[in-house]
Amino acid sequence: MPDLGLYTGEVLAAYAGSLALLAVLVGGSIWQARRVRRRLEAMERARREASQSHGG
Amino acid sequence: MASLWEYANPQRFMAFSARLLPWTAGLAAFCLVTGLIWGFFFTPDDFRQGSTVKIIYLHVPSAIMAVNAWLMMLVASIIWVVRRHHVSALAAKAAAPVGTAFTLIALYTGAVWGQPMWGTWWEWDPRLTAFLILFLFYLGYMALWQAIEEPDTAADLTAILCLVGSVFAIISRYALVFWNQGLHQGASLSLDAETNVHNVFWYPLLVCLAGFGFLFLALVLSRTRMEIRARRLHAMIARERLA
Repeated sequence: MPDLGLYTGEVLAAYAGSLALLAVLVGGSIWQARRVRRRLEAMERARREASQSHGG
Repeated sequence: MASLWEYANPQRFMAFSARLLPWTAGLAAFCLVTGLIWGFFFTPDDFRQGSTVKIIYLHVPSAIMAVNAWLMMLVASIIWVVRRHHVSALAAKAAAPVGTAFTLIALYTGAVWGQPMWGTWWEWDPRLTAFLILFLFYLGYMALWQAIEEPDTAADLTAILCLVGSVFAIISRYALVFWNQGLHQGASLSLDAETNVHNVFWYPLLVCLAGFGFLFLALVLSRTRMEIRARRLHAMIARERLA
């Protein structure tokens, strides 16, 4: 840890706040992408099964 | 060589972005980790700003990318209005939360830096005010997408909002040139060696800039893919309701 002198609080707060916001942005984007992908795959699977049962 | 417009086809975009995404995400992680560790641990204090100069590695790249994100949304919105490519409208929508987060980081780190350096968290300076208005435009843009159910109408109206907001995106970048007043100092990055930051700060800053750029690209690609899937999902649900 470097010696931040008088401004330790400010520098650490800037880094902690920004990195937390970036983590929320990246984590939120990944979570949202996975959720939509799972829902779409489930819907497509259900459709395929329905069309197969109609065909059979 | 393939035409750029081929990627307006959702299937082609999905295939292309699937190949590009791991590279952009990997480069973003590498540049951000390297740049931030280099800047935080291995650069000296500035003779005037002390250790607060280390905030530059977050503040400058996020501020630059906040404006660039809006300009990217503007280009995508114009493509939507002129050529009606859905992928471009969805890319603009996908970029908005990323731009919002970058604007918030720029405002937050600016305030944290400003308190010890200027003696105030906030000043109604032309650049700061334009940036705050840009942030409000980002929020308004996202709210408008949420408020309108019909996606094409939402894309049309948000494109107009994006065009209006571009004025503030440009003002926030060039406020100092336009008004030549206020607390905010001139650009930290310049081609003029006299005004550019010293090399000891410049090199890690360049790496952080690349990191924020790649992060933006990775997130926009990922979120656009999510928006394309969400659109398909909604279309399937709508068809089922009609059947």
